[in-house]
Amino acid sequence: MEKKNLKAWLYLLPALLFIGAFMVYPLIDVLIYSAEEGYNSASQSFFGYGGYNYSFVLHDPYFLQAVKNTFILVIITVPLSTGLALLISLGLSSIEKLRELYQTVFFLPYVTNTLAVGLVFMILFRKTDYSEGLVNLLVTSLGGQSVDFIEGPYAAKMFVLCFYTVWIVLPFKILILTSALASVDKTYYSAAKLDGTSRFRMFTRITLPMISPMIFYLVITGFIGAFKAYSDSVALFGTDLNAAGMNTIVGYVYDMLYGDSGGYPSYASAAALILFAIVMTITAVNLIVSRKTAVRRY
Amino acid sequence: MTSAYSGKKSGKSREALEKRTRVLSVIRKVFVYLMLTVWAVAVLFPFYWMILTSVKSYGEYAAEFVPKFFTPSPTFENYRSAFTAVPLARYFVNTLIFTLVTTALMLVVSLLAAFAFARLDFRGKDIVFPLFLSLMMIPSELMIITNFQTITNLELRNTFTGLILPSVTSVFYIYLLKENFEQVPDDLYRAARIDGSSDFGYLVRVLVPICRPTVVTVTILKIIECWNSYVWPRLITDDQNYFLVSNGIQEIRENGFGRENIPAMMAAVVVISVPLILLFLIFRRKIMAGVSRGGSKG
Repeated sequence: MEKKNLKAWLYLLPALLFIGAFMVYPLIDVLIYSAEEGYNSASQSFFGYGGYNYSFVLHDPYFLQAVKNTFILVIITVPLSTGLALLISLGLSSIEKLRELYQTVFFLPYVTNTLAVGLVFMILFRKTDYSEGLVNLLVTSLGGQSVDFIEGPYAAKMFVLCFYTVWIVLPFKILILTSALASVDKTYYSAAKLDGTSRFRMFTRITLPMISPMIFYLVITGFIGAFKAYSDSVALFGTDLNAAGMNTIVGYVYDMLYGDSGGYPSYASAAALILFAIVMTITAVNLIVSRKTAVRRY
Repeated sequence: MTSAYSGKKSGKSREALEKRTRVLSVIRKVFVYLMLTVWAVAVLFPFYWMILTSVKSYGEYAAEFVPKFFTPSPTFENYRSAFTAVPLARYFVNTLIFTLVTTALMLVVSLLAAFAFARLDFRGKDIVFPLFLSLMMIPSELMIITNFQTITNLELRNTFTGLILPSVTSVFYIYLLKENFEQVPDDLYRAARIDGSSDFGYLVRVLVPICRPTVVTVTILKIIECWNSYVWPRLITDDQNYFLVSNGIQEIRENGFGRENIPAMMAAVVVISVPLILLFLIFRRKIMAGVSRGGSKG
């Protein structure tokens, strides 16, 4: 290839302008914001630099509530959705009839509007003076006590949030695992069958090792995605998440930025950077674990 | 005698064994289909419920303390009020404009950049490209804070410009296109140059048609992303005239129709969900292939 400096940069120019203005500059700026103490949106002035914003955020009960909610959500939904997706993908790959139909149906939540379908979930789960709601009908028919999942006790609200999150993230995981399973060389299974290997052993000795890179990929992206949860919670509980006690870390960032409690970009930046640190740490741990497992296997 | 006897016995037991395996495999099949069907119902039920509720009259819905699974007298009244009582058509048109312009800009910018990275040699490429890739790992939450400030300071709130500009950049799509461009043999490029084609002509007339599947995939993924975007539009618009469907549905939930007119809300939800579901059903294979190559939710 001949050198074409000017021309190449011209081709890159639009992308560089967009990326520079809306990605690189903001990244530098967010660090500065997070260190500016007493920033005032109206006058755009501040007192000085320091760690106060971080300390404020870390002592804010709303932030701590958001961190707690986010961690619970992550710890429940990541293993649950990955496990369920594995189960469903294994089921899908073991059948032939109706497979396409099931695959299409399972993918539907991916293309739906989170906010719109969240409204349907809210109606299914809530309990008002006028109606018990459909889910409570199920709960009481199974002999349980009806409960308002939307404005009721914390555990009930967390349950709906987790359920909705799993519902939303499963399509992606099922898709990835189904194609991973399809790419496993069939001769391994034929050989194992000749040896009279049991199904369970085939699963743990062939299937699992072959698709484990994809499982790790899903776990890592799952952690990242779940830590950034926000819209699902808004869809179920409305925009005032602090009042509902169901805010997430990302929700806290946006609340600090805008809305009734907004106007504090410094606090928002500090909170966003704390989130980034958490996500990076978890991802690093995941990568180390996956590498260790891979080494042990070979 | 003994040998004949034992032969008979082993034949019988082999038959029994085969029968047992057959029964076991039928049981396993039944179990698999049962599991898949349970999840298919869990996926489809919210859609059924939103359509059902949207055709119930307000009076009928309000009178149901215990929700009913069918309606004897479906009505389209709610769809009329969805378009008359709230500016749903406006939300719709806004989203359409936003989606089309953002996707078109993204395509132009990404195609040019991908071409430069894939086909042109220039000084600084070794530095720019890795930096560029590393941007993929940074969560957008970090960038939104400054972008919000930038757009506010430029007084671009409640404008399409403010909505669209920061939504254009997609590092990942540039990467995807670049990878695809690189698979096209060099000979084609040389042949095109000999025929007197310019670089730009080669990109438009040769590269894009050859890489059409990837281009289409990227386009569809971006359309889905735009149609469902919620966070940025929420931060940047508070004038209903610029609301997108996600924000519109949140507005409808909190202020429209009167809080308890659920059937009208569901009609709006159906209207919002239909375009993407249609798009999905038409481009099902393309979308699923594209997502498995590197999409994720959010």
